[in-house]
Amino acid sequence: MADILKVEGLSFRYPDSPKNAVSDFELSIPEGEIVVLAGPSGCGKSTLLRTVNGLIPHMYGGEYSGDVLVAGSSVKRSSMRDLAQTVGFLFQNPENQIFMFSVERDVAFGLENLGVPREEMRARVDEALRLLRIGDLAQRAPHELSDGQKQRVALAGVLAMRPKLVILDEPTSLLDPKTASELVALVARLRKELGTTFVVVEHRLDLLVGVADRLVVMDGGRKVLEGTPRDVLFRDEAEAHGVAVPAVTKVQKLLAERETGRAAAGRLLTPSGLASAVEGRQA
Amino acid sequence: MIEFRDVSFAHQSGVRALDGVSLRVEAGEFVALVGENGAGKTTLVKHVTGLLKPASGSVLVDGVDTREASTAQLSRKVGVAFQNPDHQLFSETVEEEMSFALRNFGFPPELVRDRVSWGLELFGLGEYRKSSPLILSGGEKKRLTLACILAWDPQVVILDEPTVGQDAIQKEKLAGTIQMLKSAGKTVVVVSHDIEFLWPIQPRVVVMKGGRVVGDGPATAIMQDRDLLGSARVAQPQLVEFYQELHRRPGTPFVHPLDAARWAEEAMRP
Repeated sequence: MADILKVEGLSFRYPDSPKNAVSDFELSIPEGEIVVLAGPSGCGKSTLLRTVNGLIPHMYGGEYSGDVLVAGSSVKRSSMRDLAQTVGFLFQNPENQIFMFSVERDVAFGLENLGVPREEMRARVDEALRLLRIGDLAQRAPHELSDGQKQRVALAGVLAMRPKLVILDEPTSLLDPKTASELVALVARLRKELGTTFVVVEHRLDLLVGVADRLVVMDGGRKVLEGTPRDVLFRDEAEAHGVAVPAVTKVQKLLAERETGRAAAGRLLTPSGLASAVEGRQA
Repeated sequence: MIEFRDVSFAHQSGVRALDGVSLRVEAGEFVALVGENGAGKTTLVKHVTGLLKPASGSVLVDGVDTREASTAQLSRKVGVAFQNPDHQLFSETVEEEMSFALRNFGFPPELVRDRVSWGLELFGLGEYRKSSPLILSGGEKKRLTLACILAWDPQVVILDEPTVGQDAIQKEKLAGTIQMLKSAGKTVVVVSHDIEFLWPIQPRVVVMKGGRVVGDGPATAIMQDRDLLGSARVAQPQLVEFYQELHRRPGTPFVHPLDAARWAEEAMRP
């Protein structure tokens, strides 16, 4: 499948900074994948995202080399307007991106800005509300909604633009655990129904490892680990790079090492899957 | 140290945020507040600092009714790192930010200098001493607000969602800082959705839902109560779920849930 995102030898340095925020970065993401981007705070994740949605180099000056291609087009040669239709961005705090008087108006905001004709706008807003199952909230005021609902409204606004690539910046960090796992399930469903590619920046991996195809770990502006979540989380270096290896995965790794002398193959287990594995081994 | 006596509070919109909350936190206790979004956790915290006053009932901090104390008096005793650090950072440099409260509280200049260096060192922010707080990453800003508070040595330290934006290494350091505060006899209250962070540090857990306290007890007991947690939209820690799954099966000996991982390892030793 074609790569929806391709980062080629990217380095970037902010104007008054002594060192590169991102260095010699290479990444290829095929369409339809769910990719998790992790790494210690200050490792360059936010900078990398800005090079994908175009804030770098269009808004931030600095030393830029290499290239970032979204759906085959170079970000530095695309207009912000074009990028807004290919790359959607969900901020950590939905309050930063919902501000209209009704949910419906909020979801329509990006389309209005692009001057999309009224009928098409109507259809796309309805579609987004339906996808996120928030049609019943259409006339409500966003500030009356719960945090989980606000997150869905913000995501509906992003999806109404029909982006090929959606970036989620720590989407679960402000949500209670149940609401957070509902959001993760929603991302998995949208990928299945729409084929949208998702890049998720997240520290809490316990929820995401079950749905992600790939885990990319950054440290010091460089890519230091990449692979399936299982491959990366079973590597001894993962924790040294600040990756929050889920508690149950640590136990699984320990048991696998004990049993075979090395990390065993197989998929990442849930707590109950691990309990079954332990029981099976005992019997 | 902190006492809520049948406290109710409604926001201007009419939403009842606290509904008859009674809660006692003793000096030196370590308490985690958990519960769904909108359960009233942050509203509760704002009552401890006197930012909000109860509509009915009363809140006492170190024996003083918050309605009779000034915010300045209360903040000398209670330091809060709020959820969004952008709401409490405003100085030109990181060093200035840390010195601000200390000078306000009248600490002598040498002590201000020492405390600032101590805090920057402790939270790995030394390289930013002369930088603007605005250039820090989200996680670094959170550490800075915590450093600012610890510098004036309040008796009560409240952390609202301290792990947001923190990687695993920083979370471990944060857990270490909490241990340090506990051993220094501080009262520590942590508001958090991060159950995996809370479990190994074993706080007393207070569960809130719809403005009420619906559960209160040691982490070991509360985290095993799947129904209670589920009703408050809180998940169980992975290792507790693993432990309970094992115990549903016949012939598993009793071990403390904190030892589940070690036990499983031993059980599988060839």
